[in-house]
Amino acid sequence: MRDVAIIGVGMQKWGELWKKSLRDIFVESALLAIEDAGADRIDSMYVGCMTSGLFVGQEHIGSLLADYLGVASIPATRIETACASGGAAFRLGFMEVASGMSDIVLVGGVEKMTDVGGDEATYALGTAADQEYEGFNGVTFPGLYAMIARRHMHEFGTTPEQLAQVAVKNHENGSKNPMAQFPMRITVEQVLNSVMVADPLHILDCSPITDGAAAAILCPVEMAKKISQKPLVKIIGSGQATDTIALHDREDLAYLKSTVRAAEMAYKMAVKTPENIDLAEVHDCFTIAEICITEALDFVEKGKGGPFVESGATSIGGKIPVNTSGGLKSKGHPVGATGVAQVIEIVHQLRGEAGNRQVKDAKIGLIQNMGGSGGSAVVHILEGE
Amino acid sequence: MIAPRIWRAIPQRYRYEAGKCKKCGKICFPPRLICPACKSKEFETINLNRTGKVLTYTIIRVPPSQFKDEAPYAMGIVELDGGGRINTQIVDCDFDKIKVGMNVKMEFRRIQAEGEAGVIGYGYKCVPV
Repeated sequence: MRDVAIIGVGMQKWGELWKKSLRDIFVESALLAIEDAGADRIDSMYVGCMTSGLFVGQEHIGSLLADYLGVASIPATRIETACASGGAAFRLGFMEVASGMSDIVLVGGVEKMTDVGGDEATYALGTAADQEYEGFNGVTFPGLYAMIARRHMHEFGTTPEQLAQVAVKNHENGSKNPMAQFPMRITVEQVLNSVMVADPLHILDCSPITDGAAAAILCPVEMAKKISQKPLVKIIGSGQATDTIALHDREDLAYLKSTVRAAEMAYKMAVKTPENIDLAEVHDCFTIAEICITEALDFVEKGKGGPFVESGATSIGGKIPVNTSGGLKSKGHPVGATGVAQVIEIVHQLRGEAGNRQVKDAKIGLIQNMGGSGGSAVVHILEGE
Repeated sequence: MIAPRIWRAIPQRYRYEAGKCKKCGKICFPPRLICPACKSKEFETINLNRTGKVLTYTIIRVPPSQFKDEAPYAMGIVELDGGGRINTQIVDCDFDKIKVGMNVKMEFRRIQAEGEAGVIGYGYKCVPV
């Protein structure tokens, strides 16, 4: 296997991008990534996208996006693992370069979510759950994560204030990220007084509906040294795992086993332990998710994720900063693009380009991207120079 | 073409038919072709019990469109006595009375109306014992 580097990244500000189409938001980000890389060609591309079919009525977007990027004739494949689509696309791009099949691979992610109304968006996202045995009875995604939260509270005494603290921290970080959809600071009181969506989760415990894209360029490390003028960022670990699609089929309802397994694979490949990780971008689709993920990644022992965020350990300047970009919560969550944007934040941090949210001496960063209520998980570990 | 999709689910939605692995005893609801625990392909058909305990719950206040008239409503994951788990609505109960560990029984109810034709889907909801 060849060593693989990320030589270019690109994204534009996320939000409700009513004036722009799916193809345009993707191509904008892809062109920025190509420019950042200094690459003169693309050999192959993967695009993470959960459900362009339900959001804009368009499938076959591998071909569409290669066409509009002006690279038609290269292999281009859309990848879907619900909200982990971007992370899964990134893993396949990594594998294609590592295997020697292609040299320069573009990995993108895109989701255009505001071309449908709220009900249709709720339905589209709901298809990531077991439609026949969860959706049929009336459950929603906030509802599933609320059930995880309720169980976590019951078993470990986690509090609504601790959940809110995740949102407060991530909005604080997002306020320093020019790409963020909701870059405003919020307080614990504001979270607790916001509208209840699915008890105990308030609307400020939930990530938003977002239009957005993100792209990265991968190539072998040896080639990167010739092409790229930027500090080298290597992919040193990769893992992906699945769990039961239905939450109720899991023996432990408050434990994200697919993330545990994907992290084990990534730590092993990278020959690193959680103590070696300087910062992480994780899938905070709901505040409870970040708490469960810090436990599943072994940053803190099981059940202690609530006190961990409350202590400031996951804030910038803390023991292990989590979601310096603002996370899904503040930066936004265009589902298929999220996993690639997480990579972009870690690349900026490892290059020392993260401005006033820079983590000092960041050398090793971890990325965790998750689909459904934890049915899919993808973990990567990156190392800077 | 929604009719076949609805009638083929009748054994599970109306009768709670599950597969019990003949080798390791794992209960699969809905039935599966291969046991995820021991890989056996031999199952016997059983009916799940209609009583159980709430493991976790929530109140859905922003519902999918076909449940608009019912919101807010409670949902929970129930472990049925004798095995099998389901994600179901908790009805005929004040929200503040719902607790983890609460005993419930299953009742046959209208769940939703689907598609433009409004085909009614029936199934089980749970009520406190």
